[in-house]
Amino acid sequence: MLSLHRLSKSYPGVSALQDISLEVRAGELFGILGPDGAGKTTLFRILATLLLPDSGSGRIDGLDLVRDYRAIRRRIGYMPGKFSLYQDLSVGENLEFFARVFGVTVAQRYDWIRDIYAQLEPFRTRRAGALSGGMKQKLALSCALIHQPQILLLDEPGTGVDPVSRQEFWDLLLRLKATGMTILVSTPNMDEAAKCDRIALLQRGRILALDVPDALATAYPLPLYAVRAEAMYPLIRDLRGFGPTARCYAFGEYAHLALQTPTPESAIRYFLESKGHRDVEVFPIPATIEDSFIHLMEQSV
Amino acid sequence: MFFFIRKEFLHILRDRRTLMILFGMPVAQVLLFGFVLNNEIKDAPIAVFDPAGDETSVALTNKLAASGYFHIETRLRDAGAIEPEFRKGHIKMALVFPPDFGRALAHEGRATVQLIGDAGDPNTASALINYAQAIIADYQMAYNQRTGAPVGLTAGTRMQYNPEQKAVFNFVPGVMTMILMLIAAMMTSITLAREKELGTMEVLLVSPLRPIQILLGKTIPYLFLSMINAVVVVLLGIFVFGMPMRGSVALLTAECFLYMFVSLALGIFISTRAKDQMTAMFFSALGLLMPTMLLSGFIFPRESMPWVLQKIGMAIPATWFNPIIKGIMIKGVGLEVLATQTIVLGGMAVFLLALSLKNFKDRLQ
Amino acid sequence: MSPIIARDLTKTFGAFKAVDRLNLEVRQGEIFGFLGANGAGKTTALRMLTGLLTPSAGAAEVAGIDVFRHPNRVKQRIGYMSQKFSLYEDLTVRENIRLYGGIYGLKPAVIRSKTERILQELELTDHQHTLARALPLGWKQKLAFSTAMLHDPAIVFLDEPTSGVDPLTRRQFWELIYAAAARGVTLMVTTHYMEEAEYCMRVSIMAEGRIVALDTPGRLKARFNAQTMDETFRKIAEWGLRSGDMGD
Repeated sequence: MLSLHRLSKSYPGVSALQDISLEVRAGELFGILGPDGAGKTTLFRILATLLLPDSGSGRIDGLDLVRDYRAIRRRIGYMPGKFSLYQDLSVGENLEFFARVFGVTVAQRYDWIRDIYAQLEPFRTRRAGALSGGMKQKLALSCALIHQPQILLLDEPGTGVDPVSRQEFWDLLLRLKATGMTILVSTPNMDEAAKCDRIALLQRGRILALDVPDALATAYPLPLYAVRAEAMYPLIRDLRGFGPTARCYAFGEYAHLALQTPTPESAIRYFLESKGHRDVEVFPIPATIEDSFIHLMEQSV
Repeated sequence: MFFFIRKEFLHILRDRRTLMILFGMPVAQVLLFGFVLNNEIKDAPIAVFDPAGDETSVALTNKLAASGYFHIETRLRDAGAIEPEFRKGHIKMALVFPPDFGRALAHEGRATVQLIGDAGDPNTASALINYAQAIIADYQMAYNQRTGAPVGLTAGTRMQYNPEQKAVFNFVPGVMTMILMLIAAMMTSITLAREKELGTMEVLLVSPLRPIQILLGKTIPYLFLSMINAVVVVLLGIFVFGMPMRGSVALLTAECFLYMFVSLALGIFISTRAKDQMTAMFFSALGLLMPTMLLSGFIFPRESMPWVLQKIGMAIPATWFNPIIKGIMIKGVGLEVLATQTIVLGGMAVFLLALSLKNFKDRLQ
Repeated sequence: MSPIIARDLTKTFGAFKAVDRLNLEVRQGEIFGFLGANGAGKTTALRMLTGLLTPSAGAAEVAGIDVFRHPNRVKQRIGYMSQKFSLYEDLTVRENIRLYGGIYGLKPAVIRSKTERILQELELTDHQHTLARALPLGWKQKLAFSTAMLHDPAIVFLDEPTSGVDPLTRRQFWELIYAAAARGVTLMVTTHYMEEAEYCMRVSIMAEGRIVALDTPGRLKARFNAQTMDETFRKIAEWGLRSGDMGD
C-alpha cells in the first residue's frame, strides 16, 4: 500500500531523514515511534506530498510521491501535528468545509464518521478554538476521514491531549483499522506504539528497527533484570560499577539492569548488599520496547 | 551589565533582517527622499493663446519658454481650444494674452495676462503659476527700466476645473487612491500568510483544491468588501470634502473595481511570498506605502524626479489610477482619454494574478 | 525551615480560578514531583513560586524569603528551567554559559572554570562553539539545566524539562537531578510522564487548581490499589470525572 525506498531529506545544517525505507501493508496500523527531533513530522509531510525528498522514492497505492502527488492527495487523510483547523469556524462549519473541498457533503458521509462525530455533535455550533484538546483531536480526525480516504496519516495525534481522551482516540483508531483502512501514526509514546501492528523506531532521522512490537521487545539480546533498593541513584551508580553490567537505567520504581554475560541473581544481590543497600529486590524481566529503544540508541552512537 | 550588552550585539549581528533594516533602510530612504523631494518643475507643457502675436507678447512668451520651467506644447488658434487641451491632459497651464496686449501696455500703461492652471494636478499647477508670475514680474521690471514709464503688468490666475480654488482638489484624490490600495492590499497580504502561520495551509494543500481556486477564493470576498470601502471613500470625498463628480458614475465604478482588483492581486502576491503574518504586514507597509506616497505623483510631481524614479513609479498602480480618478471626478473625462491608464491597470491585474499563481507553492517548501 | 512553602496560594484570572488555595511544603534535599494534567494549574503555581506571577491570595516562602514582597531576592537564590528552553538559540554553547554566568553575577574566573566543568560533564567540549539551535533536543535540555544551576542555587524549579525528549536522554537528565539532590539541592519538578513520578521522593497531583493527592509514590499506589503511578493517575482522573465534572 505504501512503500518508501531510501528516502532522505535535509535542511541547511541538519539532516532530518536519512535512508528511510519501509513498507506498509494495506489495512495495517503502522506506528512511527521516536522522540522530538527524530524526523517524524518531516517524514509525514513527505508522505502527505507537502515536502519533496532530496533523494529516494516512495509510492502510495501504486502512485509516485513526487510525480503523482495530486492523485495521492485525493486518496489520503492527513492530520498534521499542530491543530490545523479553523479556530474561528464552528465544528459543523469546519466539517462541512472539508467535506465540500473533497466534493462530498457531511450528510452523504455521515454514517462513515458517525462513531467519532457522535461525541462532537452536541458541540456542533461551538467554535473550534473553544474546544478542549481531546475534542479538537476528534474534530481533526473527522475532517481527515470525511472523504473516506484509503490511507490515514496521523502525525502525533496524542500530543497535548489528556490521557483519557488519548485512550479513546486509540480505540477509535482500532475500530477504523477494523474497517480495512491503512493507518500510519507517529508518536513519542512507547505504550501507544505498542498498540500498533508494526512499528518503526525513528531516532535522528534513521530507522533503528522495524518490527512487530513483541518482536522488538523479545529481540533484546541481553539478559535483563529489574532491581530495586532503598535509594535509586546510589543503586544505579553502584550497578554501573558492577563487572558484568552492560547498562543500567532507571525505569520508574525499578532499575533495569542489562548484563553482558549471564550472571545469577544471587551474585547481583550479594554485590549490592556488600555495598550497603537495603531491601534489595532482583528478578529477571522480559524486555520492553523502551529497553530495546535505549539499547539501539546506544548502539547507533 | 556589560555582558548583556554584548549578548544583544551578538543577537543583532546574527539577524540578517535586522541588519538590513538598520543599515539598508536609512541609506535607501535618504537617497529616495533626496531625489524625490524636489518640487522644482522642468519643461512643463503649456499652451499659448496669443491672438495678437505682437512684439511684447512674443518676447514675454519667449522669456517664459527660456526659463526652463515651461515648454510650449501648442500655440492655440482660438480660446475654445483651451479646455479640450486640458481635458486631454496635454497641458498643465495655459498662457492667454488679450488681443491687444502690446498696445494696451504701451498706450494705457496696463495689461493683464491670464494664467490658467490645471486643477487636475493642483500642486504642479500652483507651482507653475508661481513661476510664471515671477517671470512676468521680472519682465515688467525689465520693461519699466527700458521704457522709463512704469507699467502695470498683472497676471490673472484661474484654475481650470476648480474656479473656487478649493484646497481639497490638491490632496483628496491622491489620498483616496492611496487609501483604497493600502486597505485592499494589506487585507489580502496577510490572508495566505495567516494560513501558513496557523498551520491550516497544510491541510488545504493536501486537499483537491487547485491553487487558482484557493487564490480566487481568497480574493473575491475581499473584492466585494473593498468595493464597499471604495464607495464610502468616494462618497466621503464628494459630500464631506466637496469633490465634484463630473464624469460617469458607471465608469468610476468600473475603474474602482479594476483598481481594487489590482490592489488585491498585489496583496495576494505579497502573501504568497511571506512566511508569516508579520512579514506580510511589514512588506505591504514598507513595499507599498512608501513607494506609493513618494513615487506615484500624489505629493511630489513625477516630472521633476530623476528618470530612474519616474520609471519605477510606472510600476505602481496608484500612479495610473490617480489620473483616472482625477480625470473622471474633476474633469469629467471618459475612456477616450483614460484608455491608456485603464489598459495598463488591466494588464497589471492579469500579470499580478499570474505571478501569484506561479509563486503559489502547492508544497510546503 | 522548609525551602519551599505555599500557604493557601490562589490565582484567579477573571472568573477562572487557575490555582485554588494551594498548600504544600517541600523539604530540604527533596525531589518533589509536581504532577497534573495540562491545564490543571501546575505552570501557574510554579510561576507564582518563582516570583514570575503575583498571586491573587495566599502566601509563598522560598529559601525563607517572602516571594511576593521580594521577588528579586528570591530569583537570586533559585534556579529555573522552563519548558521552552532558556537558552538563546543564536548563541553558541559557550556563549550561553558565559551569559548566564554574567546574569548571576559570577566572576569571570569562576565562569571559566564552571564552563570547562559543564562542557566536560555533558560531553559538549567538541561542540562548544555550536549554536544552541543546532544542538539535538536532549543536549539542549541538559545544557539548560546546567545553566540554571550555574550559580549553585539551593532550590531549583524545573517545568516539564523532559517533554518530548528521547528515552535515553530523559534518564540521563534525571541522573543530573539525582546528582544535584545528592549534593543537597531541593528540586521541584513538573512532568506529565507518570513513570518519572517514581523518581521523586514525594509527589502531588493537581486537578482543576487544587491538590487532590500528596504523598510518596509508594503510598499513593497502595492507596489507589495500583501497580504504577500511571495507573494511579488514571484512577484519580476517572474518580474525578465520575464525581460530577464533565471534561468539556
